[in-house]
Amino acid sequence: MKIAIIVFPGSNCDRDCGRAVQNVLGVEPQYIWHKDHDLQSPDAVIIPGGFSYGDYLRCGSIAQFSPIMNQVLDFAKKGGSVLGICNGFQILTECGLLPGALMRNKSLHFICDTVELKLQNQKSVFTKKGDVQKTHRIPIAHMDGNYFIDENGLKKLQDNDQIVLRYQHNPNGSVDNIAGIQNKEGNVLGMMPHPERVCDDLLGGTDGRFVFEGLVA
Amino acid sequence: MKAQVIVKLKQGVLDPQGVAIGKSLSTLGFQGVNSVRQGKIFEIDLNASDEKSAKDELQKMSEKLLANPVIEDFEIKVSAS
Repeated sequence: MKIAIIVFPGSNCDRDCGRAVQNVLGVEPQYIWHKDHDLQSPDAVIIPGGFSYGDYLRCGSIAQFSPIMNQVLDFAKKGGSVLGICNGFQILTECGLLPGALMRNKSLHFICDTVELKLQNQKSVFTKKGDVQKTHRIPIAHMDGNYFIDENGLKKLQDNDQIVLRYQHNPNGSVDNIAGIQNKEGNVLGMMPHPERVCDDLLGGTDGRFVFEGLVA
Repeated sequence: MKAQVIVKLKQGVLDPQGVAIGKSLSTLGFQGVNSVRQGKIFEIDLNASDEKSAKDELQKMSEKLLANPVIEDFEIKVSAS
């Protein structure tokens, strides 16, 4: 089991994701610098949270031009599992692997809080170990998490069962309470909440573990 | 050649920053303000043989990077010199 974690200038959740991978999967993650050209044939790729390129222009917009992203695009298009968390989700929408966009929070405030979420389906490796009945408590920490997509796009997400996580109490103005979506094929998942921060009782909870548990074959 | 690319949120996309600025203007006593929409202006100095080729280049730049077509529209202005 090889998990690649992409590190951009400004990523700040890469080590947290690495700890979660060690803790949940018992393997050492591989940190891949954004200027590298070789993804080293991983089983899954994680694009962590943070502020890649200082959020210049739009969050995630510059990171898509990093050399390693060509490899990530290839990997995803061939069906490889890719998880984008927070800034990682923003990068996935900017590079076109996921539809829609993440805009400034409706309140204009940075929100750092633990929110209640409902998993909507279990159709991907990142969600198959989850529980659709349970209310998951997972932290969010973002300024631009207000998911937007036009009506047609939203209908497609709904019809194809691509909405993966919904907020129970919408914190940021997201369309249809969306906290996470996947691509049509189900191998690329983007989510604003940080599951890596709740993978250990020592850190106050384990509600995020299922996202990583599914990666075990 | 000097150019400006103006990027604005599409009609129908909520602009909470614009709303907050509008409210602030009202608070300051500017009672006639009906609404505010915030956008971005890029001032670009580029080499191009003529206005048309400059506009073509700027169109591509805007589509690929300066604007996010999911939420934003853009407008290109070119002036010689």
